[in-house]
This record gives sequence, structure tokens and C-alpha cells, in this order.
Amino acid sequence: MAGTGTEHLRQGGDVLLQVEDLTVEFPVGRGRVVHAVSGISFDIAEGETLGLVGESGCGKSTTGRAILQLPRPTGGSVRLAETDLTTLPDAEMRAKRTDVQMIFQDPISSLNPRRTIGEIVAEPLKVWGPHDADEQWKIVADMLEHVGIDPDVARYKRPHEFSGGQCQRISIARALVVQPQVIICDEPVSALDVSVQAQILNLLEDLKKEYGLTLVFIAHDLAVVKNISDRVAVMYLGKMCEISESDELHANPAHPYTALLLGSIPVPDPTVAVEDEVALEGDLPSPISPPSGCRFRTRCPRAEERCAAEEPTLRRINDDHYVACHFPLIDVADN
Amino acid sequence: MADAHTPVLVVDDLRTHFELPIGMVKAVDGVSFELERGKTLGVVGESGSGKTVLSRTIMGLNIASNARTSGSVVYDGRELVGLTPGEMRQLWGTEMAMVFQDPMTSLNPVVKVGRQLTEHMRAHLGTSKQEAKASAIELLRSVRIPEPEERFNNFPHEMSGGMRQRVCIAVALACGPKVLFADEPTTALDVTVQHQILNLLAQQQRERYMTMILVTHDLGVVAGRADEIMVMYAGKAVEKASTSTLFSAMRHPYTEALFRSIPKTGNPKHTRLTAIAGRPPDLIHPPPGCKFAPRCPYAQERCREEEPELQAAPEPGHSFACHYPVGSEAGKAAYEANLAAGVPQTLAAAGQVQATEDLSVVAAAAEEVV
Repeated sequence: MAGTGTEHLRQGGDVLLQVEDLTVEFPVGRGRVVHAVSGISFDIAEGETLGLVGESGCGKSTTGRAILQLPRPTGGSVRLAETDLTTLPDAEMRAKRTDVQMIFQDPISSLNPRRTIGEIVAEPLKVWGPHDADEQWKIVADMLEHVGIDPDVARYKRPHEFSGGQCQRISIARALVVQPQVIICDEPVSALDVSVQAQILNLLEDLKKEYGLTLVFIAHDLAVVKNISDRVAVMYLGKMCEISESDELHANPAHPYTALLLGSIPVPDPTVAVEDEVALEGDLPSPISPPSGCRFRTRCPRAEERCAAEEPTLRRINDDHYVACHFPLIDVADN
Repeated sequence: MADAHTPVLVVDDLRTHFELPIGMVKAVDGVSFELERGKTLGVVGESGSGKTVLSRTIMGLNIASNARTSGSVVYDGRELVGLTPGEMRQLWGTEMAMVFQDPMTSLNPVVKVGRQLTEHMRAHLGTSKQEAKASAIELLRSVRIPEPEERFNNFPHEMSGGMRQRVCIAVALACGPKVLFADEPTTALDVTVQHQILNLLAQQQRERYMTMILVTHDLGVVAGRADEIMVMYAGKAVEKASTSTLFSAMRHPYTEALFRSIPKTGNPKHTRLTAIAGRPPDLIHPPPGCKFAPRCPYAQERCREEEPELQAAPEPGHSFACHYPVGSEAGKAAYEANLAAGVPQTLAAAGQVQATEDLSVVAAAAEEVV
């Protein structure tokens, strides 16, 4: 699970966000350190959706927050267009955050329960303008309309009067009022019912087209991620396992972990037998002392001695498909 | 003891209403089903469809003073509706047990896992302390917790979510219940852990020959795991069938809509999902007629006036409550009439998906809607 390689990074004019060798560590006392993210690299072209998948604790949310410099990463660089966010002074970073906005997992707790919807969605505008209240409301009302909330009904209501799906729509409106280029969606549908999840995913696709957004979509469910993403990056314990165009990833998973994730998705078809074999046993190892070599080796059905000794780097398989594994499920092209 | 084909649980016209100052919430409104020993019933529906209240009512866990329960629940020949909490208590753990949705909050955070496991064994079965400990460790091992001897002395916060849910399952299994209720046991968990937990439940059920009621909002979760499925909407069962029948010949538009809203890995990326328009109805002032009519792409005038009763489908054991069922001539005509009359676009998109199996055409159709 190395992912320390950068072979998969693209050179080109349309790359909007480039994350290189990103490392985030948190001290936990007595000199110990949680290695939340250890050298992740990826890039996103303008208008593209990158899916970040992995289990709880794999560092996918930390990666999302590190892009926003919340907190500032321990190492590596995050470039948005021509700007390196990691070296940007705090005040400038704050202004830059209007370009990169975030949507959180729990729609209800991410809205202040004591504020009205009108206030919540207008808040970013109070900081970044326009400062005229009527003008603000015009923008807010227009945005609420776009996310499917009736602005006149919602204006003076509070979050508890809305369902989870509606709260998530309001969160999306709040993220969009400052006209960001990039939106980081941190498990935006994990807390929602399947039926509502579909509404929100469709809404994100519509808004993406309408406003020309670039999305980072973080989730643990590969079925959801696959549907919305152009490219998918699979993470495990702070490292990247595999990155690929999303249809290709589903059709030909090369990393054993990706295959296990795919096998875990419940199939809504009773004629498909539930496979006991694919079940991934055990829990994630501690990120305080991650396994040597490939971090996935302790749970990997294909692990051999080499995996403990040597960390695999990302290698190209074909067109836009890279894997970090010594023994991938499909052959790696010679290059 | 009843033989294998006598239903172990018979629920008849069960109603649970909650009295509120603003009106009566009909959370469960006339649900009936039978369940044989060793079988799994999947109860599926959105939030607010009454699926959780149903399982809590059967278990006798609705202790709110404003809850009004009527109808009948016969377990192993014994009527449960009307029993006092003290009498129900005799059944909890030994006869029926429950695994709750959120493993983070369903264990007591200040009590060691071991005591939470042995507590009811000692109370219900009168097991000695040593025996209880030995069987608790055995249980932890059987739910595949590594190093059960050490874990016995852990507090819940020392474990991950998946492990805690395993402990919750062990707690539920400790006194050997005959009916296990699993109320969204995996909703709070990752996909990989969900897979582990569902496998574990299935394995324990087989080994112990338990009857299981698996409550979930995800049809994908019950597809491979349940023998029968009951789809609930606004407190009522709208479709009941064996799992294979339900998936091969679904009749109710709501079942179809739930099925379509699941993202399928086989679809190409950016495939437009078929969301269910709107939201579940207000249970205090439900719409007249069919409760699903305001969100249904098949709905006609009749649906808004006359509430459909559960009716039998040609397949054995399959029933549904709909005037214009999916796959019938009447349903097709109703759908086309709606399409011609210009129904909302989200509903129209559902139809285009339905009209063809060819994914590229579907994708193109979805693009047009956008």
C-alpha cells in the first residue's frame, strides 16, 4: 500500500488541484504519532470528480480536510491552480477557502440549530460580500431554489424543521453561495436513506454541470463513489492502493483490497449468492504503528514475505490505472 | 414445541399509534405477517415508515405512556400484546432479543464488556459467575472477536464500531433467544464491516436455528439474506413476498422505486439514479387514498381517493397493495397516461429507465432530463 509513487500524476494544463506527497500526522503524547495520511499524491482536472474510498480510519476525511489546510498538513504540497496552499499565509488561505468549500457527513449537526436557514446560507456572504442584506438574500434565495428548497418557506425556519436530505441540500447551498471551484464532499450521503441518497447524488451531478464544479467525493461505499466519480482513488491506512478511471476500476480491480471492497457491496439481487469468502476479516491496524512494507499485508489474502519487507509503489497497469501492490490481481504492463 | 412449519411468530393487524398534542401519529397501522422458525424476514422502508416501531412493538419496548397498541402478536402460542413490562421481561433475552442500530450508544460506556455480557445470563439463567464468564468468552469467540479473554475486560470505547456491534450481537445471543430482531444493525458501519456483520448474523442464525427479523432501508442488504421481505410505507405493509419473488416480480411502485434508487456497480459512471420524488408523508395527516400516491409515477385519480387493500398476486405468498401494480396492463396504461399528461421530470426519468434495458439508451435519456 505504498502510494508513495507519483507516476500517476498527470502533466497538463487542465489539472486544477494537485496534491503531492501529502502527509498528515497527529501527535498523541509520549512521543507517539498517528500516521493519518502518509504520502498521498493525486490530481484532479477541472470539472472532474475524484472519488476517495476506504474504510473508517483510512485517512480519507483527513486528506479532504488537509486540502483545505484544516489543519495544515505535516508535509507535502497542495496546489490549487497556480497557488501552493501549504505555504500560503493564514489570511490569504482564509480568502482562498471561498474557492474550496466542504460538505460534511452529518447534515443535521453541520447546521447551527439556533440559526434560521436564511442566516445559515447567507453567512459566507456576510464575510465575503456583497454586504447588502437584500443583495445577499437574492443570491441565497436563488441558490436555495437551485438545490430544491423553497426559499420563502425556508427563510425563517430552523434546521430541526427539515429532514436529513433537506438539511444536506441546505449545506450544499451554503457551500455554493461563494461560487467555489472545488467542493470537497465528505461522506455527504452516508447518513441518508437509500432513496434520499439518490436525490442528493443527482443534485450534486446537476450542480456540477451547472456551475462547472470540480468535486472530491469521499465515501466508504464504492457503489456510490463509482457512480459519481470520473476517477477513483482507493485508500488504506493513510496510503493509496489504487487509482483508476472508475468504470475500469470496477471492471478490473488490480489491488486485493479494492477487490474486497467491491465484494462487500450488497447486491440487490437474490440470485447472486452472498460470498462468504470475500469478507474482509479483522479491523484496521493501528495507525500509530502501521505494519512495515505494504500496510495492507496483515489482512491481505495474497501477502507474501516481500510485502513485509518492501513497500510497493504505484505502478501503471494501463491507460489511467495505477496500483501499488507487489502481487496485483491483473498483470502490470512492462514499462 | 411447535414443529418446523408452524409459525413461531404471528402478527395480526398490529397497530401502534402515538398520541401527541397535535394529533395521532399512526406509526404502525395494521401490519400482519407470519414467520416460521429458522426463517429471516426482511423489513424494508425509508426512515419514518414504521419499521423500527414495528419491531419495538413486537418486543414490547414501546414504553412511552402515549403509545397505544392494538392487534395481536402471538409468539409460540402466547399472546404478547397486553402483557405487562414485567411479564415481557421474562421473554427478553431468552426468547427474543434485539441488536440495535448504533453500536456506539447501545452499550453502557462505563461498564466493562464482560459484565454487560454476563449480567443477563446470571439474571435469566441463574448461571454462576465462573460459568457465565466461560460462556461469555466462548460467545465472544463465536462472534469472531480476537483474544476474547482480554476483550472480556475491555470497556466499549476500547473497541472499534464493528467490534462493538459484534459485542452487541453476543449480548443479544447470550441467553439463546429464539427470535432475533436486528434493527438496522449495519447502517452505522462501513461497507466492509457491514458485510462481516451480516455474514456473522447469518451464520449464528443457521447454527442456532433462530428466527430473524432484519430491519433495513437498503433492499441490497436483505436481497441475499432474507427468506421473505415485507416492504413498509407510512406504517403499512405495501408488499410482501418471498425474496426471489419480490425481486423477480415486484408489484408495488414503491418497491420498484426503492430498488431503482440503489446505485448499481454495473452501471457506467454518471448514470443518473432514479430518486423517489418528495418525502414520506406526514403520519398525523396522511394523504387520503394510497399514501404513496403523491410520489408515485403510476398514480391515478383513484389512488388519491381510495386506499388499496393488500391483495394476493398469482405467485404463492405474494401480496401487494396497489390499484395499478407494476408489470400489469393497468399499471402500464396508468404510467403512460401520466407520462402523456406531463408528470414531474423525476418521475418521467423513472419511466425512461424502465422502458428499456439498454444502458446506453438509459444514459442518453438521463442526459436529456438533465
